[in-house]
Amino acid sequence: MNTILDPTDERKPVVRSITTRPERLEGRLALLDIRKPRGNILLDRLEELLAERYPKLEVKRFEKPTFTKPAPTDVRQNIKANADLVVEGLAD
Amino acid sequence: MTAVQPFTLTDLGGTDHSVPTGSKTLLCFVKEDCPTCNLVAPLLEAAHQQGDADVLLVGQTSDGNELLAKNHDLTAPVLDDSTLIVSFAYDLETVPHAMLLDDSGEPVKEVIGFEKSEWQDLYSEHVGTVDINWDELPDWRPGCGSLTQDPIIAERLRAEAENSPLRARRIEIASHDDVHEFLFDQGFTDGLPVVPPTPERVIRMLSAITREPQDVVATIPPNLAPATVEKIAINALMAGCKPEYLPVVIASIEAMCTDEFNCHGVFATTMGATPIMILNGPVRHALDMNMRLSALGQGTRANAAIGRAVRLAVRNIGGAKPGGTERSTLGNPMKFTMCFPEWEERSPWEPLHVERGFEAEDSVVSIFAMSSGPAQVIDQTSRSAEALVGSFALSMRASQHVKAHRAGDTILVISPEHVDTIQRDGWSKADIRARIQEVSSVPMRELIADATSGVGFPPEAVKNMTEAELSRPIPKFASEDRIHIVVAGSEAGKFSAVFHGWASGSMGSIPVSRKIGM
Repeated sequence: MNTILDPTDERKPVVRSITTRPERLEGRLALLDIRKPRGNILLDRLEELLAERYPKLEVKRFEKPTFTKPAPTDVRQNIKANADLVVEGLAD
Repeated sequence: MTAVQPFTLTDLGGTDHSVPTGSKTLLCFVKEDCPTCNLVAPLLEAAHQQGDADVLLVGQTSDGNELLAKNHDLTAPVLDDSTLIVSFAYDLETVPHAMLLDDSGEPVKEVIGFEKSEWQDLYSEHVGTVDINWDELPDWRPGCGSLTQDPIIAERLRAEAENSPLRARRIEIASHDDVHEFLFDQGFTDGLPVVPPTPERVIRMLSAITREPQDVVATIPPNLAPATVEKIAINALMAGCKPEYLPVVIASIEAMCTDEFNCHGVFATTMGATPIMILNGPVRHALDMNMRLSALGQGTRANAAIGRAVRLAVRNIGGAKPGGTERSTLGNPMKFTMCFPEWEERSPWEPLHVERGFEAEDSVVSIFAMSSGPAQVIDQTSRSAEALVGSFALSMRASQHVKAHRAGDTILVISPEHVDTIQRDGWSKADIRARIQEVSSVPMRELIADATSGVGFPPEAVKNMTEAELSRPIPKFASEDRIHIVVAGSEAGKFSAVFHGWASGSMGSIPVSRKIGM
């Protein structure tokens, strides 16, 4: 644990915040396979279900080269440029 | 006599011991790597076994306590003060530090280090009959520094103590989280890495000044948040300041947060203005500031860090961030940092701070709101003051816009080779200013908006002017005292520089100077 002192006027709480979740599934959705075994099968099924229930949703598939390392810059930039939302198959 | 602070610590067997004990007690602070503590350990064990006082050793490291007990076959309790909280509370300088407490816990005698006669007196007067061969012991051995005096540990202890001067919110960063990434993610930086403001580093920063950490130096817009000495120290530390820079940062923030300087307007303007600090006086040498080669550029810690500290304080305490109340259209690299000293010794003229009413031996910061710069004036061929300062003036006509008049304050930084050219003709700063106003003046008719440039007086506003009025020369700057002149730069190169101002006077920003205190 590292401790630092707050450099601000302390009006806002200091928290790690997550990106605001969308209210509706629409636009461009990235399905990210991190290359864990059988992650592709799970995501294939998810893609089928999404196509049935959200026909207007544009689903795109992305892959990391390996689950052992963080996504390389080009993968992240590619997702950012081509998708509004990401669903990641995070672990097995 | 050291005051007795009640405490409870645990011995190596896990038993708690509290002081006062309720009976006569020989208490001794030790650390294992101190030879003198090892010298007295057998004496303390003998007192424990044979004397009539309770004996408690208080050791300063966990591993050391184990070793000490093992090496001396101690049966006397060795209490774990590896957090150093008790040692710190007793304000120890030296170990061994022995104290004899009476039944009520009052200190009766104190012995620090090893002076044989003192220990003999302690034992004969208070510990009773103990079998010690005093003849085998040296007459005197110095003690060792208490671990609480180790500089880094001392700062941590001061930061964590109940009477710590620190009041800023403590932020815990999980051990698997990267501290630097966390600082970026929280928006605490200007886009470059900062030094993580740990409590012990902030304590070290505050040690450089006598002001109370909770003194409010200024309120910084737009949040109008109180900038305490502590908060400024945190931001100065993050910017890369050494503790001795802190008084300069504080004086700069005082100067910046005046009505005259109007920093809210300076931050908020779309024009891209930013505070620029110029330092004068002995502080330049004390802080190893650079007033010579690359004085306005990168590479010198004090120049870079002081300017950056002011900007980080504006961002973090004041809350002025790009896209919030910082609205500069293009931004400006000087918004990272811009601070430099005048090379007074190379100047034939009065230095800036003396012109502004201070004594030569005062250390002073002067702060200006500038929108552009340093714009270089390249003149390698003028050989007279008249021609060279004429060159300055022609270049200064570009300040804000060639057709702008009464164009704010301006700073002219004259380099040494240019100084020499001017000095050969014996010109004063007043001569330079007058020449700049003369050459930069243009007839009224050249300042009218036209097809070439829409900047200038609207044609309808001047349509009734006479030929004489249209021929009247209009000076670039509202008055000569808006032209601020300093000397800096390397000995080689016929290049001076101009900073272009922002809105000046009471409707904009007025330069402010402050003496730097402690």
